[in-house]
Amino acid sequence: MPQQRFKKVTPEDLVAEVLMLKHENYRLIQICATRLPGGYELTYSFGLEQDVTHLRLTIDENDEVLSISNIYAPSFLYENEIADLFGVKIKFISLDYQGNLYRTSRKTPFK
Amino acid sequence: MSTRSIVPFGPQHPVLPEPIHLDLVLEDEKVVEAIPSIGFVHRGLEKLVEKKDFNDYVYVAERICGICSFMHGMGYCEAVERIMEVEVPERAVWLRSIWCELSRIHSHLLWLGLLADALGFESLFMHTWRMREKILDMFEYSTGGRVIFSVNKIGGVRRDMDSAMLDDFLRILDGMSAELKELTDTFLGDKAVAGRLSGVGFLTKEQAHDLGAVGPFMRSSGILRDTRTTGYGAYRHIDFEPIVSTAGDSYARTDVRIREIFQSIGLIRQFAAKIPEGDINVTVKGFPQGEHFMRVEQPRGEAVYYVKANGTKFLDRVRVRTPTFANLPAMLETLKGCQLADVPVLILTIDPCISCTER
Repeated sequence: MPQQRFKKVTPEDLVAEVLMLKHENYRLIQICATRLPGGYELTYSFGLEQDVTHLRLTIDENDEVLSISNIYAPSFLYENEIADLFGVKIKFISLDYQGNLYRTSRKTPFK
Repeated sequence: MSTRSIVPFGPQHPVLPEPIHLDLVLEDEKVVEAIPSIGFVHRGLEKLVEKKDFNDYVYVAERICGICSFMHGMGYCEAVERIMEVEVPERAVWLRSIWCELSRIHSHLLWLGLLADALGFESLFMHTWRMREKILDMFEYSTGGRVIFSVNKIGGVRRDMDSAMLDDFLRILDGMSAELKELTDTFLGDKAVAGRLSGVGFLTKEQAHDLGAVGPFMRSSGILRDTRTTGYGAYRHIDFEPIVSTAGDSYARTDVRIREIFQSIGLIRQFAAKIPEGDINVTVKGFPQGEHFMRVEQPRGEAVYYVKANGTKFLDRVRVRTPTFANLPAMLETLKGCQLADVPVLILTIDPCISCTER
């Protein structure tokens, strides 16, 4: 059966960890945000063959995280989605929609 | 260097049943870049989980999309069942797999019809959708619904299929196979169709991997990956090998989906021959606590269901990563270098579902 592995990382280590996965030929499966009291939990999921590795980081509401879109190009969509729906601050997204990917009637509705 | 101009494409377009917008950067008639805009009809269904009982949310999950409705409900149920360590009866697992494959045939036929329509081949479109009606009839016969069935529940399924019904289905599918062969031979053999699809919209194996493509769109570029091989559902009990092509163009995407239709008919035959007797659901007590990532192979590709539960009847989070969302970056790559006139058909060849994307 396929394995799922969770690994906790800090915002400072995120890019280095993602780079290591990229070198091992992992593909990006998804990025997901979950609301926590006073902050967010971000889960970056990567796949290699059948197995999945999730990088998990917890950030405060006003923390900024670095985009991984210069490592995994398709992450720009996931990062814009998280920024639009949750208001998570993500720096240096390759294509930053500045909160306009989703045309929601209320800004950051999942916040 | 030619003058560059930007042509807006969508959100309303005859080829697109749902809204997506692209800013196409052109040099003469050649597309050099495409910038997408989505979110015209975002519904916030994931947020609704905070106000719906986790049992009732099955009805919301299956309304994410009208084409792969069954699989959305199933993916959500299986994620919750794994958190709660529910032992779903084997017969229910097999029934789910049969409905999954019927959904795949229905989805691929719908897509083939839309492709024929986009190419202006109206009689082919009508014949394709006539065949699709037979699958919808089977849904209605077995579940009572043609689009949204509501047969999934946490702990199993609500409806059974007896052996007489399964025999009927196999007889209908046998009858369809010959007609389908004639129909699909037209897609793959007609010069006018091939002229619009062959050598257009290339995506290499490396691009498909790097850009996170999934499903038939990815498999048409030579990547042998299908979530059904991970062993969920009843797929681990039968012979199954993903269908791939190495050509990477629009014709290959059509070819892979057509072969998947016949493969699904074969899978249903295998399921019907081996389905075990027994109950179709179990009573589930208590509330879920924990989290699970569930992956399911929908007609358009791998879908991911993340469920996080806190031990109450309301869940903390449900997140659905749909195949079309994953396929958008690769779709943009296929547009680069194509002619403006090819853009509508190229977008269609990823089988986009904006309803899923705007969940």
